[in-house]
Amino acid sequence: MPRGPRQLAGRDVAARLGAALPAAVAGATDERVDIAALSIVEALRWLRDDAELDAAQLSNLCAVDRYDHFEVVYHLQSLDRNHQIVVHARVEDYLEPELPSCYPVYRGALLQEREVYDLMGVRFTGHPDLRRLFLWDGYPGFPLRKDFLQIGGHHPGLPGFPFETAGRQQR
Amino acid sequence: MSAALDPIRLRARLAPRTLARGVIAFAAFVALNVAIAALVVSGALDGEWYDFRDLGLGVQQLREWLDEQTADQPGWLTDILRSTTWLSYLVTALLGATGILSFVGGVLLVLIWVERRLIGRIQVRRGPNRVGPFGLLQPVADAIKLIQKETLIPVGADRVMFFLPPVLVFIPGLLVWAPVPWAPHMTYVDTNVGVLYLVAIGSLATLAIFMAGWSSNNHYALLGAMRTVAMMISYEIPLALSLLTVVVLTGSAQLSAIVEWQSVHNVWIVVLLPLTLFTFFFASTAELNRTPNDIAEAESEIVAGFHTEYSGMKFGLFYAVELGNAVAVSALTAALFLGGWSMFGLQEWVPAYLLFATKVAAVYFVLVWLRGTLPRFRLDQLMAFAWKYLIPLALLNLGVVAIEAALFRRWEGEGVVVLGGFALANGLLTVVAVRGWARFLGYAPEREPLLRPTLTTGVGGLRAVDRMRTTR
Amino acid sequence: MTTASDPYVLNIGPQHPSTHGVFRLRVVMDGEHLQDVDMVVGYLHRSMEKLAEERTYAQNIPFTDRTDYLAAMSNNLGYCLAAELLAGVEVPERASYLRVIFAELQRIASHSMANGTFINDAGAWQTPLMYMFREREKILDLFEMTCGARLTTNYMRIGGVAFEPPPEFYPAVDALVAELPDRIGEYTELLVDNEILLARARDVGVLSPADAINASITGPVLRASGVPWDLRKAEPYCAYDRFDFGIPVGHHGDCYDRFLVRLEEMRQSVRIIRQALDGLPSGAHKTEIPLALRPEPGEAYARVEGPRGELGFYVVSDGGPAPFRFHIRAPSLINLSLLREMAVGSSLPDAIVTLGSLDIVVGEIDR
Repeated sequence: MPRGPRQLAGRDVAARLGAALPAAVAGATDERVDIAALSIVEALRWLRDDAELDAAQLSNLCAVDRYDHFEVVYHLQSLDRNHQIVVHARVEDYLEPELPSCYPVYRGALLQEREVYDLMGVRFTGHPDLRRLFLWDGYPGFPLRKDFLQIGGHHPGLPGFPFETAGRQQR
Repeated sequence: MSAALDPIRLRARLAPRTLARGVIAFAAFVALNVAIAALVVSGALDGEWYDFRDLGLGVQQLREWLDEQTADQPGWLTDILRSTTWLSYLVTALLGATGILSFVGGVLLVLIWVERRLIGRIQVRRGPNRVGPFGLLQPVADAIKLIQKETLIPVGADRVMFFLPPVLVFIPGLLVWAPVPWAPHMTYVDTNVGVLYLVAIGSLATLAIFMAGWSSNNHYALLGAMRTVAMMISYEIPLALSLLTVVVLTGSAQLSAIVEWQSVHNVWIVVLLPLTLFTFFFASTAELNRTPNDIAEAESEIVAGFHTEYSGMKFGLFYAVELGNAVAVSALTAALFLGGWSMFGLQEWVPAYLLFATKVAAVYFVLVWLRGTLPRFRLDQLMAFAWKYLIPLALLNLGVVAIEAALFRRWEGEGVVVLGGFALANGLLTVVAVRGWARFLGYAPEREPLLRPTLTTGVGGLRAVDRMRTTR
Repeated sequence: MTTASDPYVLNIGPQHPSTHGVFRLRVVMDGEHLQDVDMVVGYLHRSMEKLAEERTYAQNIPFTDRTDYLAAMSNNLGYCLAAELLAGVEVPERASYLRVIFAELQRIASHSMANGTFINDAGAWQTPLMYMFREREKILDLFEMTCGARLTTNYMRIGGVAFEPPPEFYPAVDALVAELPDRIGEYTELLVDNEILLARARDVGVLSPADAINASITGPVLRASGVPWDLRKAEPYCAYDRFDFGIPVGHHGDCYDRFLVRLEEMRQSVRIIRQALDGLPSGAHKTEIPLALRPEPGEAYARVEGPRGELGFYVVSDGGPAPFRFHIRAPSLINLSLLREMAVGSSLPDAIVTLGSLDIVVGEIDR
């Protein structure tokens, strides 16, 4: 079951999308549709223009660092049909992450992609104005990456609760 | 519930201490008046100098006396004096300048407080009430603070040009007070070209303001200066036209004569020329940089306009001049349109300058009220308003009034009937011209009615938008 | 004859009366007309998303106060909904109602501020702002009464709300709800048909519905463009499906409509609060959740209709005590996507009014 109250099941969306664009779908779960990185723009455009799915608005765009690859998460929503679609795009290259920009499809991606680039370092090709948003040009590194502070021997995340003496999880 | 009826404030106002203070102040005022009356009645004075009404007369007498003195004694000094009479002018000018300076200074200190308290009241807060009784000393404290502050000069500023404007802007701010008729004979310079003088003095400050904006080496200051220049040049014209209308009607450019005219005919010019008052007042607010026309220092847009970079007492001078000009405009409005010191015979019983000061305060209150209430126009809207609206209407009004003035000269005898007719005709003209010209320029609020937001309960996207458009 | 001049570059901000915080607009001007607008943000960046990865789920609640500091309750609510969605926590009925009451009070406070500063940007010298602050003060007093803080409330908890409101809260909120419609009527009287405001805000910063949807614009700005989209109706969280209220929808999509929509939303919020107070159920104000909350690995995206738009919290768990990834969908930032299109070609005063009508909060833009 998808978690969001109005979220479409990822497998249904994947089935429809796969029928139209077979190369685009890389996988699906209940919650989300995984889309091949290179065909993300066509897939999003199809989702936006499809009469049934009608993903008119890019509600949220962010990226997750998975240690060896990045996931760029798109939360799409249809206002007329009142549902939500979650799309993931997997960016394999951890050192030089690149993804086509969805700005041609959703103009709302303008600042969100800049933010992702600024903090996570995913470079969106085809973005009209890909500059740092919050940090200044020449800032060393991308702070939201998990390895950002490892230089000083700092491990990301919280190992355990302070009162948990036994069974402390170490990653 | 209005702020005035707020029980907490009411209680504060009627506190025994406040009451006691009020009673003491009132008793002192009455005692002073009784003393003056006793002095007058006792005959200790010869009756020519019984209150401040004849202050102007005193200066005049002093000048005459000086002239006589210098004329009586032969010698090389007298020759120079007789040929130029400079001494008498110098002395009277110094007296006048001291008088104006001290008066304007005193008034400013009070009016800054008045304005801040009034705006505080308008904005449901209290305003300054800590320094001195009722916060009356707040402007003094501010002035001391401003004088103490370091004057910062921005890097790259033109130093000479940067230092001059506060002074340059202060001079016309004082000069404008010279022809103001406070009471019969109570005018520093009762020149017969008073209105012309006002127009000339009023446009002097533009130069200083542009100097300030340019020399600051600041983008906001330059923008503010450009706006000021554009606006002052535009609004000089309706201002001058409205002054001219008054001159044409009364047949004199002497301010005291204009007041005298209103006193003789027992009418205020505002009744006869409502459109002129509007033109004058609106153009004046534009010249004064006060809302709704304060675009030259529009805080939300260009920070502080031309005086962005000024600090300390230099800023204080700009600020003081701005307020002083507001009071001066109130005084001119009162003199030209509201009957000046005349009040349908009441001036025989009450010192005329008090009547005048009351009217000035009333007009000033309107200025403060506008400032506390209205949003601001945009620069292009204001320019369009001056050129497309105020100037044609002022010209039309001037033509009509010129005809009326000619008729009035012919039928001087039936003053009341003729003036009543003029008042009606001009009132009608105002309504018709304002509405008609607005229509002509394309103002039609009923063509595009104001739509309030509609309330829906269903959600949707573009299709819902289309649906709502079609059902509307 | 044409004359060319160097572009006149004006930095509006980071310190400027009408940027409402440390926000900078770099505009290229030709006279008073804007040829280019570029926004520079980040002066208030506190890397909240990174900080959240090293704090437990409960410890992150106070951070959410500090993003949109004018709508701390809405932020608390959004984050707690996300954490509850992720951990599968049920919220008691009473807590839902209390959440609605406080979120709507917060909306009124935030819209008061938004409208007040908007009119301030349009040039009215502080007066409407002071009027609206008067009501905002009372709402903040209610917050203080309940949770001890006025701005950074930290009131919602995962599984409910932190405290039961004190007994003196109810008469105070009743009095406020009773007087608010009159107060809003007062603003309407003072401002809504004001010719100068109409001249300044009508047909300025127009946003078509299609553009607004495509550019991810949400909240009052989207509704002013005519799109009836409100998450309280579309995806009713807490107990919003039980209340009777309407979504105000504008007709022109200009700054004036945004102002009107916010005013009307304040009225609707008053309606919601009244209903919620009437129907406030008894019971617990929160469920006990384990202190060591370790949600199952997965992700959740919960969103609420904040005062500025869709306020979303995207939380990813890897089974650890802290979120693996924590992202805030900041409506203030995303509503600025079309600022350039709206401002270029207009004049500087129009751009200022447009920016004021978008109602940005820099703490939320920068996070």
